[in-house]
Amino acid sequence: MNSALLLLIIPLLSAILIHFLLQQKMASIAAILGTIGTLVTLGISLSLLSSDAVGCSFNWAQIGDFNVNIGIQLDQLSKGMMVVVTGIGLLVHVFSLGYMKDDESKARYFGNLSLFMFSMTGIVLADNFVMMFIFWELVGLSSYLLIGHWYQKDSAADAAKKAFLSNRVGDFGFLIGILMIWGITGSIVFDQMALSAATPFLGAAVLLVFCGAIGKSAQLPLHVWLPDAMEGPTPVSALIHAATMVAAGVYMMARFFFSIGFDVIPDCSAVTIAWIGGITSLAAALMATQQDDIKKILAYSTLSQLGYMVMAVGLVDPNAGMFHLYTHAWFKALLFLGSGAVIYACHHEQNIWKMGGLFKKMPITGITFVIGTLCLTAVPFTSGFFSKEGILHAAHESNPALFYIAVAVAALTTFYMFRLLFIAFFGKAKDEHAAHAKEVPLVMAVPLLILGLMSLASPWIGKAIPALNDFHPHIGLEMNSVTIASIAAFVVGLAAAVVFYKGKESDPLANNKVMQLFRNKFYVDEAYAILIKIFQDLVAAIVHFIDEFFINGLLVGGLTRIAQGTGNLFRNHCQSGRLQGYATLLGLGAIVIIYIVTFL
Amino acid sequence: MQTASLTEYLFMSGLLFAIGLAGVIIRRNIIVIFMCLEMMLAAAALTLIAFSRYHTVNGLPDYDGQMLMFFIITVAAAEVAVGLAIIVALYRARQTVNTEDLTSLKG
Repeated sequence: MNSALLLLIIPLLSAILIHFLLQQKMASIAAILGTIGTLVTLGISLSLLSSDAVGCSFNWAQIGDFNVNIGIQLDQLSKGMMVVVTGIGLLVHVFSLGYMKDDESKARYFGNLSLFMFSMTGIVLADNFVMMFIFWELVGLSSYLLIGHWYQKDSAADAAKKAFLSNRVGDFGFLIGILMIWGITGSIVFDQMALSAATPFLGAAVLLVFCGAIGKSAQLPLHVWLPDAMEGPTPVSALIHAATMVAAGVYMMARFFFSIGFDVIPDCSAVTIAWIGGITSLAAALMATQQDDIKKILAYSTLSQLGYMVMAVGLVDPNAGMFHLYTHAWFKALLFLGSGAVIYACHHEQNIWKMGGLFKKMPITGITFVIGTLCLTAVPFTSGFFSKEGILHAAHESNPALFYIAVAVAALTTFYMFRLLFIAFFGKAKDEHAAHAKEVPLVMAVPLLILGLMSLASPWIGKAIPALNDFHPHIGLEMNSVTIASIAAFVVGLAAAVVFYKGKESDPLANNKVMQLFRNKFYVDEAYAILIKIFQDLVAAIVHFIDEFFINGLLVGGLTRIAQGTGNLFRNHCQSGRLQGYATLLGLGAIVIIYIVTFL
Repeated sequence: MQTASLTEYLFMSGLLFAIGLAGVIIRRNIIVIFMCLEMMLAAAALTLIAFSRYHTVNGLPDYDGQMLMFFIITVAAAEVAVGLAIIVALYRARQTVNTEDLTSLKG
């Protein structure tokens, strides 16, 4: 049996076992089972890295001469991505053993994590668009289940619903895009999609496929679900909403671009994609500067970094995007798990203004968090620096405007991350809980340490980088305009953070009108609420009219009224009770019968 | 002596029947209606006799119809007795024999 198949089967089995057999009664076994399953899949992923195993394919559905296969594609892109998914998956499982220790539905949590691992593996290994779409929906489902893990809280249930619906909007375009690609290339299998010429039709198809990525990778204008998704447990945010699932959009676009070939991608679609990525990146970074919730800051930061990756894809340099996805997965998972540790230590306090001084009390969390921050803010010789440099290079070469946006985002990133560091980890404790915070237990500290190590080491593990066409990342410091801009952005951001936030007790910018705009996320949610209200009211009014007038009034009511009216007519005029009336009818009837018998 | 032909008999019978039916439909007094009904019965009996008279078997008129006629008259007499009894009972119950006032069959 193909060992890659085990990657799919193990998490599926684990999910089934946990959900149907173990359940809450054997929650501890469920947790261990899920963790061991992920450990095995990580082992398989690592062994696949150096092997030259090929994929396999089963016929799943056949309609005429159209085949849908459940197939596995093994190349550097999928192998590397599998290491990211299973590696971070394992660390998140281990972290969850501590974080979710006393949760009252721990088994459901681990069952859903296994379901997610299964779905995400399916996306990564899929060798055709239909299979990818199926698993695409499955990750949406598991994301929904995990965001809504604490469904007793209204905000969690609402966030889960919002995530699912926003994704649905994007997936609608994705599905049409897949059908159009099938129409153009005559195949849904990635290997058979290579095209020789670009057409305007292809441009539309590319953009529609990108709609799926807009939903899943939370790009403008469907970004609204990701910050709300932070209602889920923090390890879930680390795994799904930072490292893997939200990056699936970028992965899918990279896979798609490699399949059809870079030369045929129409410029206009590529530029649109790049600009959507750039604008998302900038808007999210601006919003992140004024958030008070530690997870929200990281969520907006994720949005912003995803914008970077999408921008790289749009600049037709998917390898740069995938490299950033790879490094970002490690350090963003680290930051999220770090924030989880902080939240755990502060008794589920998420407001950074009620923290402070945590660095000394939680040294492991503090040091790893600083490492994550340095990677995210692209300090030279960290992983983030190398991968961001690749994207900046791509932008510098083909689109100067986007290059400046990217540099501005880099400065903003440094600004908001150091704001978070200064307020939450340094200075004085601003709250009871923060003052008595203790270092987290070993089961949570070890994943942090491993992730910290991986954040620094990841660029040098070249074999694990998910990219194609013999990609060799540029690793080294070489003074040119791009690196200088990158370092300058870091310095500016750091300086601003020091000036505004070092040792502050409350936000000095909170009353600034512009900052309030950022704090309120550009009022996008409110605008959507109004838009939806108008639309909904309009549709509801139309539907109400049709229901009341046509269906109720004419169809249902009309039929009964006809029957009733006819009945009344006969009742009042024939069934009159007058003997003469009956006699007349009798006579008339006799005459009619005689007439018929005699003359017809 | 000039005897009436079959057509004249049948015309007479039809006329009687029509007059009876008109009476049943138009009149309101239930006794008059009852009398009209008897007239319709008589019209039917007249038809029977006429056919009987003009239907020959072995050169002689067929008297079976005229035989039947006596039975009809006998039964009609009994029926009149029952009908009048019903009318008397009705009058006792309702103090009226006017059909305008007897509409309890109205739906």
